[in-house]
Amino acid sequence: MSERVVELEVLRYNPETDSEPHFQRYSVSCEEEWVVLDALNKIKETIDPTLSYRWSCHMAVCGSCGMMVNGEPKLACKAFLRTFDGVIRVEPLAHFPIERDLVTVIDDFVMKLKRVKPYLIPKQDKPVSEGEYLQTPAELKKYKQYTLCINCMLCYAACPEYGLIPNYIGPAAIALAHRYNQDSRDGGRDERQEEIAATEGVWDCSFVGACSEVCPEHVDPAGAIQQVKIKSMVDWYKEHLMPWVKK
Amino acid sequence: MARSNKPIVWGPFAAGGTLTAFLTPALILLTLLAALGHAPDLLAYERLHAVASHWLAKLVIVGIVFLSLWSAAHRLRITLYDLGMRADALVATVVYLIAVAGTLAAIVYLLRI
Repeated sequence: MSERVVELEVLRYNPETDSEPHFQRYSVSCEEEWVVLDALNKIKETIDPTLSYRWSCHMAVCGSCGMMVNGEPKLACKAFLRTFDGVIRVEPLAHFPIERDLVTVIDDFVMKLKRVKPYLIPKQDKPVSEGEYLQTPAELKKYKQYTLCINCMLCYAACPEYGLIPNYIGPAAIALAHRYNQDSRDGGRDERQEEIAATEGVWDCSFVGACSEVCPEHVDPAGAIQQVKIKSMVDWYKEHLMPWVKK
Repeated sequence: MARSNKPIVWGPFAAGGTLTAFLTPALILLTLLAALGHAPDLLAYERLHAVASHWLAKLVIVGIVFLSLWSAAHRLRITLYDLGMRADALVATVVYLIAVAGTLAAIVYLLRI
């Protein structure tokens, strides 16, 4: 194992003392195979215990350590130091207010996630005695990809539309709504459409596709959004041009 | 929240985008071949002129022209919005009118054949 000194430029902000955020430079000796999160942990342990950031699993599962690394939204636990040259600039996720240092206020995303009802709403309730809701592998395949979302919010930091239009529901929430809409056991699509077929839902998306590029779990939220657009369009034409067709 | 009426403009945009994705590369290739004097006989001017004289062909051509122009207009509208032009209603009116004007021109020329 070889070590090298890595220069990190980290955005600092303490709401109690700072009027605005500023960058602080750290030189930290790191192992060759370390990720940005390891470097931050070493800074916190050996140089500056006041540095604040979120992390938990260190294996791209919990979705806590999303931050901007050299301007791109990344999971700090998946961003290998050896892939960067020179000074590495680390900032909190774009488009979210800063709570402290690299910690952002994520209330907006959480509220939007709640609005799209990301849980199974069965077509009709049945008693436990009637057994499980069965599903074929083909039915599972229709939505499995969208279950991989870890709510890391990298897609929100990457989405220029979310930056422009704060009310836009955004990639992850729409992809999760789509995940339940695609589930053969679910009957809640009508309720979710009220949110995602609104202007602030899929129609604020201009298909930039950045969400899918940065997604660490390859959920492809942009694909989900386009599928929702097509289905919502069919709904609209049915409702307005063929009102005699029952939903 | 109310469901959006955006599908009215998005439907032809999506259809036009799909059409253009397939047709534009073929058209560019054929135009280049024609410019070099190597257009296949089947696609010679006289033959295409004859095809376009049938009412069904006219209908199809108008459909293709409208959807392609509409798709380009809508894409331009969205791009201008992304570039910071916030007068969306004005931009939308102008670009969609251009698409409709182009379609009307195609109809006029086709009816003359």
